[in-house]
Amino acid sequence: MSMVRLAWAYLAARPLATSLNVAMLAIGVGTVALLLLFTTQAEERLARDAAPVDLVVGAKGSPLQIILSAVLQADVPTGNISLAEARRFAANPMVASATPIALGDTFRGHRIVGSDASYLALYGARVAEGRAFAAPMEAVVGADVARRFALATGAALVGSHGLGTTGTPHQGHPYRVVGVLAPTGTVIDRLVVTPLESVWEVHEAHHEDKQDEHHDEKAADSGGREITALLVKYRTPLAAALLPRQVNATTSMQAASPAYEMARLMNLVGVGVDVLRVFAMVLMATAAISMFAALMSALQERRYDLALLRALGARPAALFALLAAEGVTLVVAGVILGLVLGHAAAGVLGSWIARSNAWSITGFAWQPAEGWMALAVLAAGVATCLIPALQAYRGDPAILLKR
Amino acid sequence: MPKGEASLIIGPSGSGKSTLIGIIAGLVTATAGTVAVGAKEVTRLGALERDAFRARYIGLVPQTLHLIGVVSVRDNLRIAQRLAGLARDDGAIDACLAGLGIAALAARKARELSVGEAQRVAIARAVVNRPGLVLADEPTSALDDANCEKALELLTGQATACGATLVIATHDSRIRSRFAARLEL
Repeated sequence: MSMVRLAWAYLAARPLATSLNVAMLAIGVGTVALLLLFTTQAEERLARDAAPVDLVVGAKGSPLQIILSAVLQADVPTGNISLAEARRFAANPMVASATPIALGDTFRGHRIVGSDASYLALYGARVAEGRAFAAPMEAVVGADVARRFALATGAALVGSHGLGTTGTPHQGHPYRVVGVLAPTGTVIDRLVVTPLESVWEVHEAHHEDKQDEHHDEKAADSGGREITALLVKYRTPLAAALLPRQVNATTSMQAASPAYEMARLMNLVGVGVDVLRVFAMVLMATAAISMFAALMSALQERRYDLALLRALGARPAALFALLAAEGVTLVVAGVILGLVLGHAAAGVLGSWIARSNAWSITGFAWQPAEGWMALAVLAAGVATCLIPALQAYRGDPAILLKR
Repeated sequence: MPKGEASLIIGPSGSGKSTLIGIIAGLVTATAGTVAVGAKEVTRLGALERDAFRARYIGLVPQTLHLIGVVSVRDNLRIAQRLAGLARDDGAIDACLAGLGIAALAARKARELSVGEAQRVAIARAVVNRPGLVLADEPTSALDDANCEKALELLTGQATACGATLVIATHDSRIRSRFAARLEL
């Protein structure tokens, strides 16, 4: 019987203490793993969604709100802007492309985005089935929307007014699905995209029906057409320095940089993540102290066993290995269980987030930082075993004869 | 102590019997004098050499009959084999347990044994590697007359069966007359 098997027998002989030690460590490791998966995937997702857009021009208000609403499709817009004014800005020679978007409705929680073909091109979206929209009230649906509601070309869908979940259905204005987009891994997977004219048409009719009702978007009854925002790509790096200032200073519109606002958002979210991370570290430190106490207690309980093993010929190094094997087994079990728990929690959290139609995360991903975290915990665990293992190493076998 | 025979170290409590057993086994370092087991002078060996020598050539039955409680009787004997550097030999273990009448206990956890059963297992563990020397520290002091007799029979019988020299340290005067070779402390 090897020292490792003997160590396992000792652990198995006190199942409650062993389980509690493993569980404490696993909760700490799992929390850190979940945070790593969450923050990394969130950052990657935000970066993917924001990458194609250099600048967003919207109505005056919070720049972060403009990015959240127009790029990430996660917040209400700050208001509408004049299409004519937006077009004048788009004619600037430093603008490589300008994609107008008009928001206002949703389909079962998924936003309906009025735009043109350049919006699909912006995210590299390819029509997997059917064709792109060509006329008002035609729509293409993102891959997630098509899969979730089993939509195919020829299907009709009715939007609900507003960006919340309780809007009035536009029953008289169904969209006809003419295409399904291939998955892109970006925000467009969760959208219904239609020509700008569809949004104007639906909302003009809506305003005629409900003159007094408040809307997120002021429809075009004030005169010229309006859009929610303009998604801009620069022609030259110099534009990054000049265009935002120009928009903010000389127009009634607000410019917002996705890269800057994303960094600000991650800093805001990061405070909460850091607090959770510290909490997880405290959990792991508590687990390490608990493991140390358990090993010291085991050492005390087992001093005659250890003396006997020495009397049978075990070298001090073998007793060191016995105690170390117990500690390492606890740590390895805690790390493995923690990683499994962290990934399972990420999967459950991802499913829950997906139900609310925002972005999602997966538990079936591995971050290199998890490997480093596991190694660090293992190293700390081995260090925790050292003192009890050294005491076992130095134990006096003659106590067996003095009892 | 004559080779291949049973000898007694007898003396009152505190006279140093267990210390002498510890020195012979290499568990305690002698401050003066020498101890030789066969041709090997134990008191001249280094710590690691003493461990290896003890594991291979000495079987020890401590007064407390201490066994590793969390593993089976068979595993207690396997540990003794492994620490002696011998290959796993379940046949030798079975024969040893059968010789002591405890073959049925092989799979039982050591902590579940009675004192009498534990004593037999401790003797089995001491002789399973067929050592040249078996040292028993106070093997009968806590036993009544009938069990004292039985324990002595088992010890001497097993030592004889494996051709080992047996040295018993005791303050139990009941067994003095059983041994011709005696060291009085």
